[in-house]
Amino acid sequence: MLRLALALLLIITPAMAEEVVLGLSQDEVAINATFDGDDILIFGAVKREKAIPEGPLEVIVTVAGPSEPLTVRRKDRRLGIWVNVDAVVIDEAPSFYAVASTGPLEEVLSNTEDLRHKITINRAIRFVGAPQGISDSGSFTEALIRIRKEADLYQTLEEAVDIAQQTLFRTQINLPANLVEGGYKTRIFLTRGGKVIDTYERVLDVRKVGLERWLYNMAHETPLLYGLMSLAIAIAAGWGASAAFRVIKG
Amino acid sequence: MQIYLPIAEVSVNAFLLLGLGGIVGVLSGMFGVGGGFLMTPLLFFIGIPPAVAVATEANQIVASSFSGVLAHLRRKTVDLRMGTVLLVGGLIGAAIGVVIFNYLKALGQVDLLVKLCYVLFLGVVGSLMFVESLNAIRRAKRPGARPQRKKHNWIHALPFKMKFRVSGLYISVIPPVIVGITVGILAAIMGVGGGFIMVPAMIYLLGMPTKVVVGTSLFQIIFVTAFTTLLHATTNFTVDIALAVLLLIGGVIGAQIGTQIGVKMKAEQLRILLAIMVLAVCGKLAFDLLVMPSELYSIGFEGH
Repeated sequence: MLRLALALLLIITPAMAEEVVLGLSQDEVAINATFDGDDILIFGAVKREKAIPEGPLEVIVTVAGPSEPLTVRRKDRRLGIWVNVDAVVIDEAPSFYAVASTGPLEEVLSNTEDLRHKITINRAIRFVGAPQGISDSGSFTEALIRIRKEADLYQTLEEAVDIAQQTLFRTQINLPANLVEGGYKTRIFLTRGGKVIDTYERVLDVRKVGLERWLYNMAHETPLLYGLMSLAIAIAAGWGASAAFRVIKG
Repeated sequence: MQIYLPIAEVSVNAFLLLGLGGIVGVLSGMFGVGGGFLMTPLLFFIGIPPAVAVATEANQIVASSFSGVLAHLRRKTVDLRMGTVLLVGGLIGAAIGVVIFNYLKALGQVDLLVKLCYVLFLGVVGSLMFVESLNAIRRAKRPGARPQRKKHNWIHALPFKMKFRVSGLYISVIPPVIVGITVGILAAIMGVGGGFIMVPAMIYLLGMPTKVVVGTSLFQIIFVTAFTTLLHATTNFTVDIALAVLLLIGGVIGAQIGTQIGVKMKAEQLRILLAIMVLAVCGKLAFDLLVMPSELYSIGFEGH
């Protein structure tokens, strides 16, 4: 009976030609007081039951931080001074986004697949439409990507994934020091001829620990106490320095 | 040594923060300014989110002003009575200022208004002080010149007179209260302690001796900034205690050193240095407004 069920299951589910088996060097990133960025190693293997099909196998790895709505503002000259004039609201932009691949993205990924899976940075940003009066809304998303790329928050790492014998792959993603807490969605895409043949998803947990966690919770849960504590520290430090200098001066 | 700040959510160099705190602390002890108008832009520059920078800066000023006031109290250069009168006016003004601020925010472009306010006030206050103290230095160099006598004017005819012994004044309480209210309004709108406006106002409008002005200004700044810190901590959750501690360690030490330097200097030298500093900050802000920025776009979080 059990054997029959298994056999049926095998018939019903279409046999996956190629499948990802993934490993992460760590499941979580702990932000402590001396956190200075972190490297995560993403590695895996391709499992297959048949012979390797024709054409090269490509691997794309993406890591996305928590998304949030943003406002991008543009300055313009008014009466001789530079002021914020236009603003565009971006509905959702990841706080961190890295996309690593075995080759140039336009070669390893077709446009339709990119649209479906939202792989490149431009697609990962969700943006409904610009308000009236702004015709060049594209330059706002471009500016967002440019500013975040300079801060290493958005990374396009073409040819950063190493693949051996079309089976084993690995890449390293560098997380910068100014990380936001949350779940970092890690996705792997296997592509062949621009088409995605398998995907795999896992969440990397980035969170504050120890003193950082405690202070953050206190600031949000008991803000008055936290404020008073800040003041007490300030007063004590002021008094301490004054007393110390009196001792030094004799 | 990099430190990750729990509220600001950025990683910064601890020694850089200690150094910045120290420099601003020295200025605070010397001139009686809180230093917020200098430190806040510096914190923006090293990548601290503006809301966190403004709130945390208030907390740090509490520490350096307290340290400075203790040093001034030992030298008996704090007019507690005048400080209290100014403080009462200041708190009333701050409450009015918050209302005005919210009204302007509803109209939009509050950032621009704050910047223009800065340029205008820093420019006017700085230039007036610079010219006055330059004249004072020239007069002091000319041998045999008599020091200017204090003028009697309409201010001395006002009622509710009070004796301010430390300042050597016997004047009505109305002018100090008005000065306090005005500075309080500006401080609330511009998001600073108001020392750089308060100090010149005390010297030129109230006629207080420069030496007393510094300690008295610091005295009232403690209360204004403590109030601001609590307000930010409870409404915006933007006080970063780790950032504050790093800044204030440098700040309190700097304030002690600053006070010692201040005592050794002549009043007009002190005033001219403060004037130069105020003008420099004004020039930087005006430059930013007039010259095309290298990055025209900026990212803001929704709701901020």
